[in-house]
Amino acid sequence: MDYLKNDLTSLHQMLVNKELSASELMEATFDGIAKREPQIDAFLAMNKDEALKQAAAIDQRGINADNVLDGIPVGIKDNMVTKGLTTTAASKMLENFNPIYNATAVERLENAGMVVAGKLNLDEFAMGSSTETSAFKKTKNAWDQTKVPGGSSGGPAAAVASGELIAALGSDTGGSIRQPAAFNGVVGFKPTYGRVSRYGLIAFSSSLDQIGPMTRNVKDNALILNAIAGQDKHDFTTSPREVPDFTSKIGKDIKGMHIGVPKEFMDVDLQPEVREAVQNAIKTFESLGATVDEISLPHSLNGIQVYYIVATSEASSNLQRYDGIRYGFRAKDVKNLEDVYVRSRSEGFGDEVKRRIMLGTFSLSSGLYDEFFGKATKVRTLICNEFENIFKDYDLILGPTTTTAAFGFGEKTDDPIAMYMNDLLTIPMNLAGVPAMSIPGGFTKNGLPVGIHLVTPRFDEETLYQAGYAFEQATDFHNQIPTIGGQN
Amino acid sequence: MEITKDEVKKIASLSKLEFTNQELEKFTKQLEDIMNMSHQLSKINTDGVKPTINVTDAVNILREDVAEKGIDRNELMKNVPEHEDGFIKVPAIIDEGEDNE
Repeated sequence: MDYLKNDLTSLHQMLVNKELSASELMEATFDGIAKREPQIDAFLAMNKDEALKQAAAIDQRGINADNVLDGIPVGIKDNMVTKGLTTTAASKMLENFNPIYNATAVERLENAGMVVAGKLNLDEFAMGSSTETSAFKKTKNAWDQTKVPGGSSGGPAAAVASGELIAALGSDTGGSIRQPAAFNGVVGFKPTYGRVSRYGLIAFSSSLDQIGPMTRNVKDNALILNAIAGQDKHDFTTSPREVPDFTSKIGKDIKGMHIGVPKEFMDVDLQPEVREAVQNAIKTFESLGATVDEISLPHSLNGIQVYYIVATSEASSNLQRYDGIRYGFRAKDVKNLEDVYVRSRSEGFGDEVKRRIMLGTFSLSSGLYDEFFGKATKVRTLICNEFENIFKDYDLILGPTTTTAAFGFGEKTDDPIAMYMNDLLTIPMNLAGVPAMSIPGGFTKNGLPVGIHLVTPRFDEETLYQAGYAFEQATDFHNQIPTIGGQN
Repeated sequence: MEITKDEVKKIASLSKLEFTNQELEKFTKQLEDIMNMSHQLSKINTDGVKPTINVTDAVNILREDVAEKGIDRNELMKNVPEHEDGFIKVPAIIDEGEDNE
């Protein structure tokens, strides 16, 4: 299947017109995956037999002409549980874990007629920014296979960018949807905290984690969010607010929109082509009738320090459940119960996960709690307040998603702080819970994609999609196609 | 701030993790670097600022206290590493040598 030349609407039309059956689409999808996977390595598990069965069932009952997602294959980051389909979080700890229920987001996609084609690679337990901490494989950037795909949703990003799939679900705790989206030239969307249920998302940092869609264009993205958003009785942090049609403002002009560009985001050390892409984006938005001002979010860049206390603290607590007793890896030849815990965890977790558990335990330990965790939660309040104040005067914040384009394998694996700095510009939005999106905004002179980062107030995803779509229609970056293994 | 190898050992034990001496050396240095990065927050004035633990508007959400059908027990046991007669099997809690403690 050539997903690089189609979108959800055009595929749906083909299915409705019977130019293509759901089964043919599924076969073609797996053919495409088989062709590209040797170069990309995005998948941890294929769901081929079950997916073909589901597609045949859809053909039998007929495509629902009013449901654009019906019969479309989708990929799921492997930290969302899928009933009967191995879910590993890219960790040896869960190598053979076979879930007995579906994550709510997955369940909702299936209820909307989508079919899970497979599970996609990530950094172990979503901890990382290059997908290199996966215990199983190294996923490659769709545009240059010597470069990382970003992370932690590197598998979903590379699968969508390379045309293996038209859409995938990722998760974003500090930038894990948006940074790989930027690195692979796709649209990555982190909804407002509380918009999408986290039930069945393997917990990393529960006050920050959020599931979101990754697609090749803005409208497809909104269509997927329509299906997964909304309150869930299994996740009490989901909002009871009514879910709007996220495509409702797509296509409306953005004349008079007030856009702010935080000077803090432009004052950091940006790769020249990234800076240039943001400056061009500002001009594009101005030409569409928006006004663009420089603004200030003074504490936003302290987000990275807050994050590595808050996220690791929550992780150290969340990951206590991996004890080798009820599920997951259990070490061999253990002589007592304590041994089961310590050896199973020490052998089952990789270095980055251990590092974060240690950091979190440290930040929460008696005597240091006020100085670290307590302080971080107060600075988090300052960051939340700054966003709230800016959004009294502005509709949208614009900036770079990342400071650089994709980097090479192994470049940052020995230097945790250099790796952590990848999320400098994406973390503040998780801390404040606001929705944010990375959209294709240019290329470096070496042909690597650059992402533009857009942010709106909590629960105003419609404006985010409206602005993203307006930018997308005014530019041509999203139509560029990567060359994989010498072929388009 | 300075972090010693002994402190890291203590944190490892609280975390139910163990490290070789070589790993311990590496982790001590890395933890110190990262904690120093995070410690820059101490320069920010937060007098009178309330902490943010969560960004939902929700406070307490209550549901009716009605029993619901749970997950089938056999299903639940599917991922248990070792079980017998519907029970999860674990090694003895203490070694023989620890009997007198």
